Amino acid sequence: MTAPRLDIDGLLADPAIRIVVCCGAGGVGKTTTAAALGLRAAEVHGRRTVVLTIDPARRLAQSMGLTELDNTPRQVKGIDAGESGGELHAMMLDMKRTFDEVVEQHTKPDRAAEIFANPFYQAMSSTFAGTQEYMAMEKLGQLRADDEWDLIVVDTPPSRSALDFLDAPARLSRFLDGRMLRMLLAPARTGGRSMFSLVTASFGLFSRAVQKVLGAQLLTDLSGFVAALDSMFGGFRERADQTYRILQDPQTAFLLVAAPERDAVREAAYFAERLVAERMPLGGLVLNRMHKTEAAGLPARESEAAAERLDAVGDLPIAADVLRIHAGLLRQSEREVRVAATFTEAFPQVPTTAVAAQPADVHDVDGLRTIGKLLA
Amino acid sequence: MGEHHGNWPERLHIVTGKGGTGKTSVAAALALGLAAGGRRTLLVEVEGRQGIAQLFGLGPLPYAERRIATTAGGGEVRALPVDPEEALLEYLDMFYKLGAAGRALRKVGAIDFATTIAPGLRDVLLTGKVKEATTRSADGRRVYDAVVLDAPPTGRIGRFLNVTAETARLAKMGPIKTQSDGVSSLLRSPMTAVHVVTLLEEMPVQETLDAIEELAGLGIPVGRIVLNGARPPLLAGGKFTKAEIKRGLAAAGLPAAPVTVNQLAAEAQAHLTRRELEESLRLELAERGRPMVELPLLPDGVDRAGLDVLAARLLPG
Repeated sequence: MTAPRLDIDGLLADPAIRIVVCCGAGGVGKTTTAAALGLRAAEVHGRRTVVLTIDPARRLAQSMGLTELDNTPRQVKGIDAGESGGELHAMMLDMKRTFDEVVEQHTKPDRAAEIFANPFYQAMSSTFAGTQEYMAMEKLGQLRADDEWDLIVVDTPPSRSALDFLDAPARLSRFLDGRMLRMLLAPARTGGRSMFSLVTASFGLFSRAVQKVLGAQLLTDLSGFVAALDSMFGGFRERADQTYRILQDPQTAFLLVAAPERDAVREAAYFAERLVAERMPLGGLVLNRMHKTEAAGLPARESEAAAERLDAVGDLPIAADVLRIHAGLLRQSEREVRVAATFTEAFPQVPTTAVAAQPADVHDVDGLRTIGKLLA
Repeated sequence: MGEHHGNWPERLHIVTGKGGTGKTSVAAALALGLAAGGRRTLLVEVEGRQGIAQLFGLGPLPYAERRIATTAGGGEVRALPVDPEEALLEYLDMFYKLGAAGRALRKVGAIDFATTIAPGLRDVLLTGKVKEATTRSADGRRVYDAVVLDAPPTGRIGRFLNVTAETARLAKMGPIKTQSDGVSSLLRSPMTAVHVVTLLEEMPVQETLDAIEELAGLGIPVGRIVLNGARPPLLAGGKFTKAEIKRGLAAAGLPAAPVTVNQLAAEAQAHLTRRELEESLRLELAERGRPMVELPLLPDGVDRAGLDVLAARLLPG
């Protein structure tokens, strides 16, 4: 079964497409793909592009002129967009700073200072599971609202699961303005007066348990934090919902990124299912690091048998090695095609593009340009 | 008590690595290898991925210690996918006898909530369960000869294992503090080693080096660097000529058309480029002076037979 071909150039050139989100399991080359797409959009399609990266490899970041997490898009120098008139900017997400900015934007300075000093805020803004995803969404929302960019390319955080990118913001916002928190804090406020349902009763019990386990200080900090947030937000959830709606809009295209390995392809399939369920626009699948043989006419088994014959003769070890390299490559490429096919069988309508494995790692603009060409 | 393996003297083996390096396979192979000769090992996962079940071709595993494999000589590997919710309920039950209230809490999502407001709590519960299994005794002997933890990836391993620091911010005293102190001292003892799995690729190697530095800074003992997916050392001399390829094809009775020779030469050249990079990465790793063990790329993917191959490499003899 062959998947339709993903037309990357068509996507990048389409003025109606304003956001491309790259998602997939860790270690599949999401960041490189995002950077290569951004570069191509700028150089070939003349678009004013910004790439939002979450956790780029040091050398890749350096190649784009990103030396620090400063949360500000920086123009990438040394690209070849003279003819097209495009621009490439890149930024690395600083989740703590993004969180701080959200607080600063929505509250008076003295209140902000109070929030920043709250130990719960400190713990949460740097370690809360989901904060990074939420802040990536928040930053995406900001960049889109600025309306300064033709195209925003987003690299999603290296989560436990690719789905976290979609789930974490809702979880965080549910948490921050949810009834759970109010219920948990209620006994502290009402002096533990009893409620009537089993749920609220067990909540009192639960909050006492939490107090015992974690200490009353946590609840006090939490209570202070929530009270401070209460006054300033029009609701965390509303902000997350807003970004969520942008992601459902046809101005967005999700690209699933995978390497031809079982786990990565399975992760991509989970994500595809989810996008379909959420009615989010799935642009296609990018299969990175696909191996390809040049000499397709020489089958693996024949090549291996020939290598063995040479071993027996004994005086042509180099040629035997070359034949074994060829056979190994063929077998690897066959295996990769089989693994990739499991996705296509489940989602035959999703367009796909394959990027050949590069002999060396990509960490400069030239390398990104090469990947961009292979993608298109 | 079974004797420990000379090469892997620790009792708790924590396996980390960048995503995609095959740390679950390595953890499973280690658990199989350490179970050889009639021993019993426990393979634990904590990220809710059901990676163990998938690897062994089983349906989703419950939060319980189940036998998933036997080894020659009567050894066995049990698997435990730790679920943080279950672990919290178990924990609260131990101290507070929640009963029906516990179930109600789960229904309204309070457990998810509690592990969410205090991510450190989640990690203490997970590592606490690992510690309990590692030190559990029955009839005067350890239940498990070794415990292997398929841990979070390199990017999160420091925070995951540094439980005391994380909970110190939240709990100054009480059972959680006691528990995290216990975990912390086990993790910093000679009973524990953290092994880092990597491929000979730039990012996994960088993350490996970063993780080793971070763990050393935390005082948590680093064990081995596991080089996974290593390819056979073909063209070790680093050179070839098209003439040699042509002669070889002819000698082996294959058509030696110039186009074929050129194609094979291109493949060989790509191999050499890759190899050169791999060698420099290998050197970079070797400079850390940590013991390294190399595992071959399994051409047919990782199944039980493949795991046995890896286990034999990890524990030769």
